[in-house]
Amino acid sequence: MVEVLEHDVVIVGSGLAGLRAAIEASRVSRGKLSVAVVTKTQVMRSHSVSAEGGTAAVLYPEEGDSFESHIYDTIKGSDFLADQNAVELFVHSAPREIIQLEHWGMPWARREDGRIAQRAFGGMSYPRACFAEDKVGFFEMQTLYDTALKWDNITFYQEWFATSLIVEENRFRGLTAIEMKTGELHAVKAKSCIIATGGAGRMYTFATFGHSSTPDGLYIAYKAGAPLKDMEFVQFHPTGLVPSGILITEAARGEGGVLLNAKEERFLKRYAPQKMELAPRDIVSRAMYTEILEGRGVEGPDGMSHLWLDLTVIEPEKLKRRLAGIREICVKLAGIDPVNEKIPVRPVAHYYMGGIHTNIYGATPIAGLWAAGEAACISINGANRLGSNSTIECLVWGRITGEAAARYAMENGFSSSLPTEQVQKEEKRIFDGLLGKAPRINPYEVKKKMQRTMESHCHIYRDEKSMIEGLRMIRELKQLPYMGVEDSSRAYNTNLTNVLEIEAMVNVGEIIVTAALQRRESRGAHARRDYPKRDDQNWLSHTLIHYTVEGPELSYAPVHIDKYQPVERKY
Amino acid sequence: MSGTSEVLLRVYRYDPSNGGKPRYQNYRVPTFRGMTVLDALIYIKENLDPTLSIRYSCRMASCGSCGMTINGLPRLACFTQISELRSKYILVQPLRNLPIIKDLVADLDEFFNKHKLVKPYLIRRDVEEQENPREQYRQSEEELERYVQFAYCIKCALCYSACPVVSTDKSFPGPQALAQLYRYYIDTRDEAREERIRIVDGAHGIWRCHFADSCSQVCPKGVDPALAIQLMRREMMFGPSKG
Repeated sequence: MVEVLEHDVVIVGSGLAGLRAAIEASRVSRGKLSVAVVTKTQVMRSHSVSAEGGTAAVLYPEEGDSFESHIYDTIKGSDFLADQNAVELFVHSAPREIIQLEHWGMPWARREDGRIAQRAFGGMSYPRACFAEDKVGFFEMQTLYDTALKWDNITFYQEWFATSLIVEENRFRGLTAIEMKTGELHAVKAKSCIIATGGAGRMYTFATFGHSSTPDGLYIAYKAGAPLKDMEFVQFHPTGLVPSGILITEAARGEGGVLLNAKEERFLKRYAPQKMELAPRDIVSRAMYTEILEGRGVEGPDGMSHLWLDLTVIEPEKLKRRLAGIREICVKLAGIDPVNEKIPVRPVAHYYMGGIHTNIYGATPIAGLWAAGEAACISINGANRLGSNSTIECLVWGRITGEAAARYAMENGFSSSLPTEQVQKEEKRIFDGLLGKAPRINPYEVKKKMQRTMESHCHIYRDEKSMIEGLRMIRELKQLPYMGVEDSSRAYNTNLTNVLEIEAMVNVGEIIVTAALQRRESRGAHARRDYPKRDDQNWLSHTLIHYTVEGPELSYAPVHIDKYQPVERKY
Repeated sequence: MSGTSEVLLRVYRYDPSNGGKPRYQNYRVPTFRGMTVLDALIYIKENLDPTLSIRYSCRMASCGSCGMTINGLPRLACFTQISELRSKYILVQPLRNLPIIKDLVADLDEFFNKHKLVKPYLIRRDVEEQENPREQYRQSEEELERYVQFAYCIKCALCYSACPVVSTDKSFPGPQALAQLYRYYIDTRDEAREERIRIVDGAHGIWRCHFADSCSQVCPKGVDPALAIQLMRREMMFGPSKG
């Protein structure tokens, strides 16, 4: 019999958004609500720790920055697909989060006067990225995790893998999760829930994501009836370290680093003559990709063409202090010291603008269910996110959804007992259907094939012919008999959790390509060779993706436009 | 190292449901340039033996998941290149000083509990301002420098695994927790110095450390917990330093 645990609020995921939400739900209720954080990793392991360069907020309007400027930069960066009321809420809420973290112990870099320092980032017209060396996400995670330990009403279920959401009559009721240490399946009954599991993660072979970044959180919400939104928009960060794909922060360029091709030429002058290396990521990545395609890349020893990120132009003491983390990674994992050598880089899958469809307060169409952080599509990022806007998005909507889910829990009681039918079905599916059943096809091979398909058929540049082929390949993979778990042991069976992750990856792969194939225009990170222009007449709209047994079903919703009419993006 | 060479990993295996007897299993893994021990373990998991349990995530030494004992020393598997071990034979075991859940996966509950015990968060008297901030607390770069090194801790438990005191005295907080105590103690924004001293001022507390320094030698992030313990003890013996 499956044990049923009861909490007021359950948060799935323990990255920046999840931890910020857990603290806010506690604050709002003065510690009276019981808050559960269900997370498939240990708490400090979420990939938010690998966010490097900065967190955007307008701190010093008296010195020339303004809300207006941050709002417009974000909307223009999004190629006008962001919802403008969401961006407004976002920008106005950001400064408070920076200072709140500072009050909880965040080691922000300081200026001479002891106030928080800021640095330049791509697509931002003012240096407004707050930073702590180049380990911003790590220090933010530490600050939130440590602060969360103050709250005895928060229970961490570490290494609990959520397998399904229980939704009845469009209302959230609870979830099921595998406790990895024992292999037991549990049901968690709660009044409200926040999904904060990050984006779709490692869908590509060359990616900045950690191994645990997979779309299982998105997938269980989607299957429970929450639509996904704008999944075709995948951000390729310009500078992934070759060959591992480890992120080299945009702050490296913010601090003065330059990009060079094989001829040692600063090629961005041909693509973004004003902003150069600090143009938004979609533009810089396309420029780099074009340089490589046109033969101006460098052939690396690992068979990957790359370009150079040159940081030797930065004053060495500044580099060592402000970019300590990436220097350590380059020295240790690539044998390169950026103080006197160029770094081999190429564009790398990094972020998903899309996610679970929510309103501007993070509420999904399912009562009692919210989403925050990269898992959500609010949408402030539209077709292309600006660097330094994601960590602050996690903080802002961690707070907003934490408060909303807490208030909902305080106003609503539990309904009668949890529907046991679905819990039993889940138990049967996992333990009778999967555990100890060696599959005929190696699921890890399916994962690799899926990633290679995404890499070759739905990357920086896309076209109909190639995506139709890619979609066919992914649908074929979906049908293969890979759903089985050779490992029959109960304790810490990552073979089991991997197979569930791979199932989510293959299905979300199908979703991304389906949505990308339908959008017959180029906007932000979605660049179609066969439709090279933005088409506001037909496509100034969000894609909504609904689950059906046959596969993803698409519909479209208008973009919220207030003040800013779409114009051509030039940098 | 060329693409065709191979390395032999001898891996600790343990499954509590399987009679609970540990054993070792050998795997031959083809190597590539820059390959880490974590890459090799993932290769095993995905190609040779899906029953091997490993804990890992970021593969860039920031998440602290993949601490294990490699050729006798606690290390992060993702930050240990096969080539740097200069050996065709690699012994991989779980972290020491901790219970084992399965194979290479240690149970870190006691380690995380000790971290929590030192109250690793800023304690202030102006609670209203701290929770509803109106303006920044100022801090100079010099004041930041005094604690930031100790804030590099990724909670990977390598130091805990290397500590000879932890291995004999389970109520000793261990180097990680003590370093975090000092990190908050020395932060100019914190106002709970006496309370922090009381937490560790006991026979099984900070005085149990006998400066083996093994914690600092194995730390992958340069935290130097032994230094933090020394500085903390100085505070406790000679009174709070200025600042």
